[in-house]
Amino acid sequence: MAVVHLPRSLVALFPGTPRRLGATGATVAEVIADLDRQVPGLANRVLDAGPAIRTHLNVFVAGERASLGTPIPAGAEVHIIPAVSGG
Amino acid sequence: MSDRLALLVGTPKGAFILDGDPDRRSWELRGPLCEGWPVHDISVEPGSGALLAAAGSPWFGPAVWRSDDLGGTWTHSSEGLTYGDDGPAIRTVWNVTSGPGAIYAGVEPAGLFRSTDGGRTWAHVEGLTNHPTRSQWQPGAGGLCLHSIVPHPTDPSRVWVGISAVGAFETRDGGATWETRNKGVRADFHPDKYPEFGQCVHKLVIAADGGERLYQQNHCGVYRSLDGGRQWAEITPGLPSDFGFPMAAHPRDPMTVWTIPLNGAERGRFAPDARLGVWRTHDGGEAWVRSGDGLPQENAYLGVLREAMAVDRLDPVGVYFGTSTGQLYGSRDEGRSWGLIADHLPPIWSVEAAVVG
Repeated sequence: MAVVHLPRSLVALFPGTPRRLGATGATVAEVIADLDRQVPGLANRVLDAGPAIRTHLNVFVAGERASLGTPIPAGAEVHIIPAVSGG
Repeated sequence: MSDRLALLVGTPKGAFILDGDPDRRSWELRGPLCEGWPVHDISVEPGSGALLAAAGSPWFGPAVWRSDDLGGTWTHSSEGLTYGDDGPAIRTVWNVTSGPGAIYAGVEPAGLFRSTDGGRTWAHVEGLTNHPTRSQWQPGAGGLCLHSIVPHPTDPSRVWVGISAVGAFETRDGGATWETRNKGVRADFHPDKYPEFGQCVHKLVIAADGGERLYQQNHCGVYRSLDGGRQWAEITPGLPSDFGFPMAAHPRDPMTVWTIPLNGAERGRFAPDARLGVWRTHDGGEAWVRSGDGLPQENAYLGVLREAMAVDRLDPVGVYFGTSTGQLYGSRDEGRSWGLIADHLPPIWSVEAAVVG
């Protein structure tokens, strides 16, 4: 079970969703799939075609920049963080 | 008059709603809505009265937002709004328009999606993407966007679409196959001035008389078709330039349309002589009348974008438009005189007028 930290701008799209969620999965992709089961539609906001993590979002596992295939150690802290962009 | 209006405004910093009084004189602003997402277009689903917003977030991707309580609360979906994992990523939704039995969404890169469950799920209209010309479509300055969707008012098998720098298309079989609808439309930026496709349609609208009379504001002129777009006739003479973005059709009189020409594609794209004006025709484009009454008549270095003009269905018809500098203007006399409704908004991308009760 990983602990996933979600950004305010993402949970705002799914009213009632907490900023921290527990999720299971061996990889980032599986964790996002589990998040989507808990919060239907969330994967569409985080993933682009490919699938790939959306260009202006970053996922960190245990503090390290991750991709969809990055393994999830037991008890890992996962952060989904919007990139600094916009205008 | 007892009908109450809401003006639905899309901007790069969210949607806004102006609730009007029955006289269309006083407006109350709400927003930003849709979590501040860039909103290209807002429309109303007939019957349910739901608001539908076409949007795309730089962080969270494209979605169509839906509100069943006039903008109080919103949901969003992009379920099915994809070209598949092997296809190009969809950057944003440019337009959402309801037709008989379906809602259509136009996206960038250009393609059309259809929903038959109120925008909760979407299906790709593959017939358009499979058009033989698709590999030759090139983006314009605004991207390769499908921005105009014109469902036939009564025949669900017929839809027209407009794609920037590609042109107009029509399906007569519910989206399975499409034909170009650009004959008679100039493409001054093309070696062949009248190609089959490649014209830069800026806005496509349908007149109120049943489904064959169309108008378009193009990068290269203003046009009218009397046969569903099979042949177009240029109706630019009488306008100050052949370049502009928005166009709106009268809800009852098929001969009346409004447009807001800008000074030229390569001359800054602002109001001609920096004097803001709206042109209207009452005879299908044979003659044009300008009105600047109530609009800034000096130093107006602003533009009006393709989706940023709308009409209501009241009598007399109200006409509304928003500017690239965040002003929203309205007319209660079918475009003869104007007043400022709101100022200091973000750049206005879209305006829609909804009768809400």
